[in-house]
Amino acid sequence: MNLATLVKVATQSILRHKLRMALTMLGIVIGVAAVLIMIAVGQGAQTRIAEQIKNLGTNLIVITAGTSNSGGVSQGAGTFNRLTEDDATKIKREATLLAGVSPVVFAPTQAITASGNWRTVVNGVSTDYQVIRDWTTQSGVFFNDADVRTARKVAVIGSTIAKNLYAGTDPVGQQIQLRNVPFTIIGVLNSKGQTAGGADQDDVVVIPYTTAKTRLSGRSGGWSRISQILASTNSASDLPAAQEEIRAIMRESHKLGDDAYDDFTIRNQDELADAAQGTTKVMSWLLAAIASISLLVGGIGIMNIMLVSVTERTREIGIRLAIGARQSDVMTQFLIESVVISSLGGVIGIVIGAAGSLVLGQITGWSTAIPLSAVVIAVGFSAAVGVFFGLYPARQASRLDPIQALRYE
Amino acid sequence: MTTSLVSLEGISRVYHLGRNEVHALRGVDLTIEPGEMVAIMGSSGSGKSTLMNLLGCLDSPTTGEYRLDGVRVNDLGKNDLADLRNQKLGFVFQGFNLLARTSALDNVELPMLYDRSNRFADSKGLAAQALARVGLADRFDHQPSELSGGQQQRVAIARALVMQPRLLLADEPTGNLDSRTSIDILALFQELNDQGITIVLVTHEADVARYVRRRVEVRDGRIIRDDAVLERRRAADDLALMPAGGAA
Repeated sequence: MNLATLVKVATQSILRHKLRMALTMLGIVIGVAAVLIMIAVGQGAQTRIAEQIKNLGTNLIVITAGTSNSGGVSQGAGTFNRLTEDDATKIKREATLLAGVSPVVFAPTQAITASGNWRTVVNGVSTDYQVIRDWTTQSGVFFNDADVRTARKVAVIGSTIAKNLYAGTDPVGQQIQLRNVPFTIIGVLNSKGQTAGGADQDDVVVIPYTTAKTRLSGRSGGWSRISQILASTNSASDLPAAQEEIRAIMRESHKLGDDAYDDFTIRNQDELADAAQGTTKVMSWLLAAIASISLLVGGIGIMNIMLVSVTERTREIGIRLAIGARQSDVMTQFLIESVVISSLGGVIGIVIGAAGSLVLGQITGWSTAIPLSAVVIAVGFSAAVGVFFGLYPARQASRLDPIQALRYE
Repeated sequence: MTTSLVSLEGISRVYHLGRNEVHALRGVDLTIEPGEMVAIMGSSGSGKSTLMNLLGCLDSPTTGEYRLDGVRVNDLGKNDLADLRNQKLGFVFQGFNLLARTSALDNVELPMLYDRSNRFADSKGLAAQALARVGLADRFDHQPSELSGGQQQRVAIARALVMQPRLLLADEPTGNLDSRTSIDILALFQELNDQGITIVLVTHEADVARYVRRRVEVRDGRIIRDDAVLERRRAADDLALMPAGGAA
């Protein structure tokens, strides 16, 4: 009996019990579809996070105020702000691997215009900020070095501000009041969307840090200090070396002894990305593992039905043996039946899984593409499930005694 | 002796049921020549079914030697026995034993699917020929549930014939049929025998034995009578005498 005939015979007997086999198949269909959708969701989440991290800027390094140490008692991050404008200047002057360095001062402010007002965060930065964050303007320009040097009252606003305070008009050239100081808007930034944490990156007003210091300080007094220093390298491979360089400059600038702890923290986005990617990878593996349990359950379902089928078709097996089927013929027939059921279930599962992840992609806006490897693995795995769970019933079938099988009622 | 189709010498078969030994056959000698039509008779428990299973290569004797068409069956393994059943034997059962929800044509084609000699080029065509030979040329696509008992048995006979077997074994072939259809089927067997096919019928009905050429009676695992049928009846003639109306 050749393979084509065996497959034909198996298909015929499957078609004889359409409903039962469809239900048996359902276990595999659901299993494969679930695994694929979970993998697609996991991939989508990873892609999404990678995009968001890239949006933060290219090869970003963030230097924040670190721990102060009084008498061996660590006070926690940011307890003693030791970042100054000089630190930023020194890094800018001495570091060799950096594409840009900018001090950043943050201040939550009520922005007031002729048409309304908006609570936002003012970022006082240098011109390098645009390079570091890889942030272009959709209209107007970013401020230049002369604006920073002379502390001019110019502002570049994020697209959220533009949308809310200047709906329908071009904000460039218009006035905006920050802490009662009038600024002229010279540019509107392109939209960067939300961060991984859900914060709106476009809800921002960017001004020269010198202006922030001289014009906006006074009330809180905190403006003379720097919240953080942002820097970036030209390539990701420079990041570790650049970080070491910055660390050396900062330690020298802060006059830290050999045994003193760093009183600042340097992080780069790779660490951030690794952490986020790692988490989503674990999550998607976990989801796929849970989904594959349903594949296992589907396999047990096949075994169950095949065992029932062998008992029910004892007479058929007896007939086949009597007219000259070898044990191996009967075994192969039942094995092929279970493999056909599981593989067909696998194929249907892939179709449903692909459709499901497409719909999910539409709803969430994620790129939920199913990798080809996942499809190959899903088909292979479902066929393997068919072989594994079909082997025992098939063996049972082939070992029947033809005399007793023929007499079976 | 070597020209005999079937040759049984000192055959015994012992079953072990728990601690009990059941002697189903106790030293049976039997030869059947090509072209014979033999009825193996006996009541329930006489050993005739065991004899039938041995003849059909479904079982092996405990002692004794069985040769079928010159082949010593005792020495064969399971695969060789399967091939022997496939190539040299045709089975017809009391309960028809057709595959359900499978067309008559596919049922008749079945033995050819297990053929390893590759001597059948057109299995569908041969199945159709076999069906035509038993008078079912117009029932190819019918499933067993759509056929009468007599028609189902005809499909089974076609399935047994399609491999051109050396020996046709029929186990109570008329046991599930009414008397008119029984005689109809026996007429078919006689017709096939006239064409040269060797037939062994196993039955407990004395009526059936009136249509064969030779009668072998088994009791308690031994052959107690083996003689020719002197006043052999023609089933076709009897059928003509019967009142019409019975389902064919």
